Amino acid sequence: MELLLDLISAVCFILGALLILSGGVGILRFPDFFTRMHAAGITETLATSLILIGLMLIAGWGLVLFKLVLILLFILLTSPTASHALAKSALHGKLKPILHNEHSK
Amino acid sequence: MNKHTISLFCILAVLWLFNSGIYTPLLLILGLVSIGFVIWLSLRMGIIDDESQPLQLSRKLPAYYFWLIKKIIQSNIDVVVLVWRGNGAISPCVATLPIGQQSEIAKVIYANSITLTPGTVAMNIENNSVLIHSLTTHSMEELREGDMARQVSRLEM
Repeated sequence: MELLLDLISAVCFILGALLILSGGVGILRFPDFFTRMHAAGITETLATSLILIGLMLIAGWGLVLFKLVLILLFILLTSPTASHALAKSALHGKLKPILHNEHSK
Repeated sequence: MNKHTISLFCILAVLWLFNSGIYTPLLLILGLVSIGFVIWLSLRMGIIDDESQPLQLSRKLPAYYFWLIKKIIQSNIDVVVLVWRGNGAISPCVATLPIGQQSEIAKVIYANSITLTPGTVAMNIENNSVLIHSLTTHSMEELREGDMARQVSRLEM
């Protein structure tokens, strides 16, 4: 059982790390601010969730588990708010998103 | 004492008990005092209502969360594929979609869910419409079809 949990959490860590890597590559690769924000969205949702779930699996029952759940909840509640605030202030700062149709013309 | 205050008390008590982990009389009394102080402050600010303690949603939220998690995983995979395929694969677009939800909290849940799924970000909310930036025209179409809006509306009923 212990071994199984360790294995599952290792898989979670590896997947999470790959997702964070993809998010980082996306931030470097995408053309403008708004599209880069979507790439950052990967790291703040599924990647952090997977890494925290991996930690929860090896934490065992106890206060540590509860605190990890709290961290996950706070991240999932605050990250969309932060992204929205970023996007909104970029919009107010008159930053024009690159659009697909203009791109192809 | 209404149910919203009681619910806030329970949440704060659980937070204190599980975060401290030390159960001596002194710390328990200190916890009680802090909880009382926070509740007094919140009452004075008038922020204890069904917006800060959405008890009316609690029965329907788990089903919605389950649906949302599935959606998040799916759109994460989509965006990861787009990242590795590069700039040729994306087709960023901006559109204003109407919000069918009536209550403020349902509007917020809808806009936050849009932002939480990678590939779409809610940029601005006006009275009954939301301005969305999307990484591909495909995910914008998906939002336009209104699957997510229907799920949120189900919370309102």
